[in-house]
Amino acid sequence: MLDRTFPNDLPALPGVGYKPQHYTSIIADPAPVGWLEIHAENYMGQGGRPLAQLRHLAERFPISVHGVGLSIGGEGRLDADHLARLRHLCDWLNPASFSEHLAWSTHDGAFLNDLLPLPYTDATLARVCDHIDAVHEALGRRMLLENPSSYLAFDESTWSETDFLREIARRTGCGLLLDVNNVFVSAVNLGMDARAYIAEFPLDQVGEIHLGGHDEDHDDAGRPLLIDSHGREVADPVWALLDEVLTLSGPRPALIEWDNDVPDWPVLAAEAGRAADALARVPA
Amino acid sequence: MSVTQTEFRRSVLDPEAPAPGGLSDGRGGAADRRFAVYRNNVTVSLTDAMESAFPTVAKLIGPESFRSLARLALRAHPPRSPLMMEFGADFPAFLEGFEPLAHLGYLPDVARLDHAMRLSYHAADADPLPAAVQSMPPDQLATARLQLAPACRILRSRWPLHGIWRFNHEDGAPQPQARPEDVLIARPGYDPAPHLLPPGGAAFLTAAASAPLGNAYEAALTETPDFDLTALLSLLIGTGAITALE
Repeated sequence: MLDRTFPNDLPALPGVGYKPQHYTSIIADPAPVGWLEIHAENYMGQGGRPLAQLRHLAERFPISVHGVGLSIGGEGRLDADHLARLRHLCDWLNPASFSEHLAWSTHDGAFLNDLLPLPYTDATLARVCDHIDAVHEALGRRMLLENPSSYLAFDESTWSETDFLREIARRTGCGLLLDVNNVFVSAVNLGMDARAYIAEFPLDQVGEIHLGGHDEDHDDAGRPLLIDSHGREVADPVWALLDEVLTLSGPRPALIEWDNDVPDWPVLAAEAGRAADALARVPA
Repeated sequence: MSVTQTEFRRSVLDPEAPAPGGLSDGRGGAADRRFAVYRNNVTVSLTDAMESAFPTVAKLIGPESFRSLARLALRAHPPRSPLMMEFGADFPAFLEGFEPLAHLGYLPDVARLDHAMRLSYHAADADPLPAAVQSMPPDQLATARLQLAPACRILRSRWPLHGIWRFNHEDGAPQPQARPEDVLIARPGYDPAPHLLPPGGAAFLTAAASAPLGNAYEAALTETPDFDLTALLSLLIGTGAITALE
């Protein structure tokens, strides 16, 4: 297990999703970034440059491990091999945080490499809770569960998303990761009120905030359809929504996600700077 | 009405299938265009993953052809694991059975090379053995066993595999010659590189994986009477491929 000379938790500072092309810039001058997030599945090889870079970064920064392949919302059992790989990574890295998604990606042995939606019913609630219990048991650490970006709704759903997440946190003891861009995207797409969603969200359980860019498209009826693309700057209404969240929650670790068309480091650092400004406006 | 993940999965992978029922736009309206977002995300992300896994195949047939081919391949063989670094292990076999590209007989081997390069990149680190191997007395060498670094891979081909790789990745590389070529992938630091193995080298290294070097030498001579062990050893040492000899 890696030892650290600094407190091993996520500070209420901006973080960024780590991209290897930024390695040299981050080592030279990370400001204003105070921590980094990695996608777990990219660091499950046996060695080579990815793990060597991660080891060096983990000696300097708190690291958040963010899984994108566990399929917690899947109908089937969790993939025991994948759970073992996550445990191996977390045991070695001793990350400040581990998080995953309220979504599924694997069904009947096929991994679809996307975060797919699930209905919110008593049955899916029980299944998701079982899966999170299994994660807690396998990793020996508390995970954060992230709210999804939604493009459609299920007729069979009987729970609101905020009640569903609150109940999961209550039953399993997991924390929550609040993706503010996802809230905005889902609200526009499903005709909800983003501010009402935030007001109903169990903010006391939030251990981390995500911010990312989205694209604009249109649906069959010509209404705006926002796509959670992580390929550009965070939109202004999402920054405004972040201010509302932080006013209610107090400062929280806030991550910029930029996974496609990744910009040069100064552009990403400027986005992190905007998150730093938002955090600075909030009384601790 | 409830939507099963079996239905969802089927429709997400099949562009001709309608969106499952029981879905809406959140206001009671149709969800077809919305379901298409997931279908597009799945297809594009997996196609991108194929393109980064098989850069040489993509270069040989062109990006547009490759993306069409990748869509067919991933619908036939969706990934079996969330580790995208391992994705595409069955692509060479898919290419072998893919009639429209049968005239490009070397493509499956090129796909094998691309995949092996990716696995080499993520393989375990290992310190190379300090040189001085060639000074080992011949009688000791015959009974010694050789261990290659975990990042090493050996590929045998009846096509000019190394020449094809170079021609597609190195400026000014010569045209591939019409001949069989075996390849050693080695990774001295963090960047794997393919090297042309001398004739008999692949037979030697394959045998040496489970037998003393004397037996491996016999195996190489059987296949290649003028097998040059010195040339092979200097390639192995020069690329940091040997981690143990004892």
